[in-house]
Amino acid sequence: MEVDPSAPPCPYSQSFSQSKRDIEPLSLSRRAKSTWIGARGFDRWTLLVVGVALLLALPVFAVFFTALQPAGDVWRHLVDTVLADYVLNSVALMLGVGLGTLIIGAPTAWLTAICEFPGRRWFEWALLLPMAIPAYIIAYTYTGLLDFAGPVQTLLRETFGWSRQDYAFPEIRSLPGAVLMLALVLYPYVYLLARAAFLEQSAAVLEVSRSLGAGPWRRFLAVTLPLARPALIAGMSLVQMEALADYGAVQYFGISTFTTGIFRVWFGMNDPTAAAQLAALLLLFVFTLLVLERLSRRQARFHHTGQRTQRPLRLQLTGRWQWLATGTCLLPLLFGFLIPAGQLAVWTWRTAPKVIDDRFLELTSHSLLLASGSALLILLLALLLGYGQRLQPRPMVQLAVRGAGLGYAAPGAVLAIGVMLPFAAIDRTVDGWAREWLGLSTGLLLSGTLFAMLFAYCTQFLPVALHSVEAGLTRIRPSMDDAARTLGAKPRQVLWRVHIPILRSSLLTALLMVFVDVLKELPATLILRPFNFNTLAVRAYELASDERLADSASFALAIVLAGIGPVILLSRAISRARSGYDPLS
Amino acid sequence: MSLFNSSKSRTLLSVLCSLLMGLLAIPALAGGEVNIYSARKEDLIKPLLDDFSKQTGITINLVTGKEAELLQRLQSEGINTPADLLLTSDAGRLAAARQAGVLQTIHSAALEKHIPSAYRDPEGYWYGLSVRARPIIYAKDRVKPGELSTYENLAASDWKGKICVRSSDSIYNQSLVAGMIAHHGEAKTEAWAKGLVANFARSPKGGDRDQIKAVAAGECDLTLANTYYLGGMVTSSDQTEQAAAAQVAVFWPNATTTGVHVNISGAGVTAHAKNRDNAVKLLEFLTDDKAQRWYADVNNEYPVNPAIPPSATLKAWGEFKADTLNVAKLGELNAEAVKLMDRAGWK
Repeated sequence: MEVDPSAPPCPYSQSFSQSKRDIEPLSLSRRAKSTWIGARGFDRWTLLVVGVALLLALPVFAVFFTALQPAGDVWRHLVDTVLADYVLNSVALMLGVGLGTLIIGAPTAWLTAICEFPGRRWFEWALLLPMAIPAYIIAYTYTGLLDFAGPVQTLLRETFGWSRQDYAFPEIRSLPGAVLMLALVLYPYVYLLARAAFLEQSAAVLEVSRSLGAGPWRRFLAVTLPLARPALIAGMSLVQMEALADYGAVQYFGISTFTTGIFRVWFGMNDPTAAAQLAALLLLFVFTLLVLERLSRRQARFHHTGQRTQRPLRLQLTGRWQWLATGTCLLPLLFGFLIPAGQLAVWTWRTAPKVIDDRFLELTSHSLLLASGSALLILLLALLLGYGQRLQPRPMVQLAVRGAGLGYAAPGAVLAIGVMLPFAAIDRTVDGWAREWLGLSTGLLLSGTLFAMLFAYCTQFLPVALHSVEAGLTRIRPSMDDAARTLGAKPRQVLWRVHIPILRSSLLTALLMVFVDVLKELPATLILRPFNFNTLAVRAYELASDERLADSASFALAIVLAGIGPVILLSRAISRARSGYDPLS
Repeated sequence: MSLFNSSKSRTLLSVLCSLLMGLLAIPALAGGEVNIYSARKEDLIKPLLDDFSKQTGITINLVTGKEAELLQRLQSEGINTPADLLLTSDAGRLAAARQAGVLQTIHSAALEKHIPSAYRDPEGYWYGLSVRARPIIYAKDRVKPGELSTYENLAASDWKGKICVRSSDSIYNQSLVAGMIAHHGEAKTEAWAKGLVANFARSPKGGDRDQIKAVAAGECDLTLANTYYLGGMVTSSDQTEQAAAAQVAVFWPNATTTGVHVNISGAGVTAHAKNRDNAVKLLEFLTDDKAQRWYADVNNEYPVNPAIPPSATLKAWGEFKADTLNVAKLGELNAEAVKLMDRAGWK
């Protein structure tokens, strides 16, 4: 039966749908049918994924809900004065940091994944270290070093007898300075995801291109890089969201961005509604970008034919190339970690006896427990959503998952308020009910508990894990799933027995990124934490915001040190997972 | 694959769970308790609170945070809030808390005796605990005190390219401008702000200490900064900070007119406080002799209690006439001030 697509729709919908099915390609209709027959599994996954996604999007909904109320005359004022600045600076920051992290992250990832050169094994994990330094801390340390009153410029003036007018020195506290600072501590996200992608790339593809006569550059540009695109994009979009949401560093540098504007309107003009509207705009903007990115690669597929084939042949670099490679990897490490951490160490040396007391261990254990617990929890959620989306790639599911991932682009404090409002509403409702029917008060069940904090971390950092898990999943051919299903495995079993073993390095990557992120997390912890509960990040912030940078160094350094252990362990595990050595098999 | 079923992960999870349970179980306390939401940093309040606990046997539970966020938390928790006392480092936020209806009136003869009326709410919703002054700080080698007179004078073109001030995001600058609006009205203040911005040596960045360092290094000749930052630099373990502090001096402006701009740190008892009496006890303790001296000695703030003499460091900077405007006004005019600074191009 033929159907003319231009003909008006048939009034009898049943016969129309019947006829439509008839003209569909055989494989498609069979596929649709088979999932329909397995309706129970399919429905359960859809429900579960959409349910979890909606729950995690609760804070974002709360922000939009607040934004729906009418605001005062603040908008008129913003449009007349500062809004254009906010938008321009935010966009420039986002693009600059995205580009910067790509330039640093992709080549270093490729070099350490594919090549062999002096120090390669060491760089593999060391390149991750800048990740452990909070953005505002690196901003403070470089300002201390490069400011007009800092040691570098003072030395220049003393050496050459210059005064202020005699020389030009680039101002670190500027938009380019902020881009540089953020790129230096955020590039590890791109590096990690790109490296996992390079490592998981089938050696066969590279061997084919090599046998076809492509040189190393050509292979990198024409094969490796395009194949790693989902991972690179995932890394960059994480980085860009984090740059958009950054408050500490840009505020210290005196740059007005959308995020500083939100706080200015909220705190300074005392208008939470207008602040929520600004935040909602920011989130809509990010959501649009994410959807566009998804659409742009709709047609492309990035699966690999083989998984973990033989031990890869590393490209042995020689002569000046090997030193160039070493230098390329050393630079980001030097500026992103050694210099700022060195400055922190100098400060710590001087102030530690004064600021470190018996509470130090407690702070450290709070930080470590929160970070490891939420990292595991978030990884599980990411796996659930990522795999659910793979099983059922319907628009509704995809939209729900995108929506759940929005939180990362919201400034932490806005998100925390988004957690606080619905939780308080639940508490009030339960309490009101208990008072009326039971004659007793249940008080605050959720507000001000560790649970509220964990929930905030989940909404905030889910995208970090999700990007890694998704990027990994796209590289697994759907035929793997089909094969496992044909052999009688349930979707759950496919995930457990096929995907997770293949994805090990992506999962470890996700775990590591979330761990370090939670370790550094400040705004949500600050707003939501229970009485008498502090973390290293809270302590570092309190001292730094009191302009006692040297005193805060001990705690900032402790965050860095706490992050280094897992970084090394996981980096080793990732390498092992790749090299075909599996202790369990 | 060993990621999820390893015994390590399980141990970790169980430790986390027990931590959760431990925190949920609030211990019963013999001497009673006071729960505080504090925008004052832990270091600047905890030692006093510990003292109070030792003296009275009352346990104190503390959460620190930023003013607006703590206020939001207080509001959303409503009648079930555990907080008895809201501590802030700025009068404007206390006024906002009063407006939001989360504070209650307190009448205490001791508090009224200890605290001058300009530093507390007229109806007793909140009380000041320490005074923070924002004078002019100038480079001793380049500026003669005779050239300085008032805040208003800083907009004169003689100071072109010579002034560093931090961003208008800072609550201290917002309060200063709010005070100017209270004295001179909006139009005059806006003209003044424009003049001041035209005299900036650089686009605003960094904190108060950074401005003082820039003055010492010669990037500009003077700045506006809270005195306790300068005090912190004098006693800093960082020798470059000490050296910078030695190159600058304090000038108390507006001695013959409105007086030096001052703000307070203060506190109010929450509307739904479960431990009201203990909270009042704590307030009285914080305005009494010992605590007031501590503010001055440790953080170089001025005692709110006029019976207490300021510390040696503070005395060395000289005496000054403080603005007598009730600090509640600063809170009322804060939003106006922020918008005005946007219009004046004060970043």
